[in-house]
Amino acid sequence: MRKRKDNLLFTAFLFPALFSLIMVIGIPFLLGIYYSFTNWNGVSSDVSFVGFANYLAIFQKDPKFLHAFLITIIYALLNVLVVNVVAVGLALLVTQHLRLTNLYRAAFFAPNLIGGLVLGYIWQFIYNNVISSFSFMPQMLAKPGTSLVAIVITGTWQYAGYIMMIYVAAIQGVPDSLIEAAAIDGATFGQRFRHILFPLIAQSFTICMFLSLTSSFKQFDVNVSLTNGGPAATFMGESIHFTELMALNIYNTAFSYNKMGEGQAKAIIYFLLLLVTSVTQVYFNKKREVEV
Amino acid sequence: MKKSKAVRWFVEIITFFLMLLFGIPIFIVFINAAKSNLMINADPIALPENLSVLVANIVKVWEHPNIRFPTSLLSSVVITVLSVGLLVIISSMAAWVLCRKKSRLSTVLFLLFVGTMIVPFQVVMLPLVSWFSTIQAKLGIPMLKSYQGIIFAYMGFGVPLSVFLFHGFIKSVPLELEEAATIDGCSRGMVFFRIVLPILKPIIVTVIVLNGLWIWNDYLLPLILLGLGNPIQTVPLSVSNFVGSFLKKWDLILTSNLMAMAPMLILFVFVQKYMLKGMVDGAVK
Repeated sequence: MRKRKDNLLFTAFLFPALFSLIMVIGIPFLLGIYYSFTNWNGVSSDVSFVGFANYLAIFQKDPKFLHAFLITIIYALLNVLVVNVVAVGLALLVTQHLRLTNLYRAAFFAPNLIGGLVLGYIWQFIYNNVISSFSFMPQMLAKPGTSLVAIVITGTWQYAGYIMMIYVAAIQGVPDSLIEAAAIDGATFGQRFRHILFPLIAQSFTICMFLSLTSSFKQFDVNVSLTNGGPAATFMGESIHFTELMALNIYNTAFSYNKMGEGQAKAIIYFLLLLVTSVTQVYFNKKREVEV
Repeated sequence: MKKSKAVRWFVEIITFFLMLLFGIPIFIVFINAAKSNLMINADPIALPENLSVLVANIVKVWEHPNIRFPTSLLSSVVITVLSVGLLVIISSMAAWVLCRKKSRLSTVLFLLFVGTMIVPFQVVMLPLVSWFSTIQAKLGIPMLKSYQGIIFAYMGFGVPLSVFLFHGFIKSVPLELEEAATIDGCSRGMVFFRIVLPILKPIIVTVIVLNGLWIWNDYLLPLILLGLGNPIQTVPLSVSNFVGSFLKKWDLILTSNLMAMAPMLILFVFVQKYMLKGMVDGAVK
């Protein structure tokens, strides 16, 4: 009797979470796989199966997406590198028992509280009106190369403080005495970092790489409000939007061109790319963690 | 570690300088929100002459029909508070069951929850809209452009990480406590609400911070489920709509940006400790 009552309660407790998961992610995910094989346009209810046509179209006659695919990978690599280098640097600074340590940490973290959309508008103003008001500075958002750098700078400003806090938590877990002992034995700052601190914070390195990598791949808000994909450039003989990252490309395919089926096929490719990169990255970092 | 005084001061000054560098963008927003458009174009880094312009600009944005700032602020609060509140309750209940009821099914369900964490929003966003409009058409429950629709969506997207975090925490809560309460005559339901939930306080803070920050600042999901310019708008949506209607009127755009980021920054000043701890715990777990 008691057991049956318990099971009823357990089911009732589990139901709301499971129900929302299935309704919001589960069913749309399966529908999405199906839609990626159809000519669905979001308006007409007349949806027919087209096999791999969407996927073939993407790879054969969509330089915009191929470019978005490549530029997203380049952006992600650059962003992961810069964010982590800046974050480790800042983390080393704010763990040196400085006078205003708490203020520094809060200030470096603060940009993370501002939404990507608002942040993009702010930086659009900075690049277009402030930086370009100095005659020796370039119009960052007008040229392909510098506009990508502009997104990386903005992305770093947004994310480095958050990643810094994770490194800070890890560095604080390393006993001071260890570092001091190495210093007494004559290890330079570089050696202490490379051989003592770095191996001991290897686990947080995996987490930070994972977080910054997935967030770079998912970059959308800053992309929309900072460059909205611009400036124009040519790729494979066709005009494309140079900084249009994958998330924005998918959005535009679906909502600006009403090609829902094709947009969904792109989304599936995007998902697979994200899956493969994050699994590989975690695998290699875990392996390295064990070795050191 | 013993370091010479000179090195110590050098590091302090470098860090201080970097902090100022990090603050420049916010400073620029602030000084230009206190200027007229003419003055911004003349010199974007000049200090404002008269801070009353800032007040005037804020009033202008607050009352402007194209942004409807007060109503979107209210909508953002309603959506964030209700979504986060519901997430805390349903995720902790589910995680507790998955932790305490050991069976093959509960393992599979836990893996299902955790596995969906890797599904990016873009993969489900298009079918989600058509699925929600199907529900709307068949059952008559408004799911698009409505509070219940977007809150339900946030519950679905927030549940994987939240269940994962609660699950990790509940594993470390000793079972004896719950057994003792059961022997004392507590029903299982009472055990959860009276005994377990209060113990979960630290992880509840983490779940609130992570989900709250995400939902408050999110742009894409509201853009798709609520749409630009409809009656229910969140703050990021209305700012984006406002910028679209005011090409290059930077005095009002920057003022609206300042107003959009102010609530979180002010909140951060007061609950800084919890927010930093919540963000780090959520990542490390």
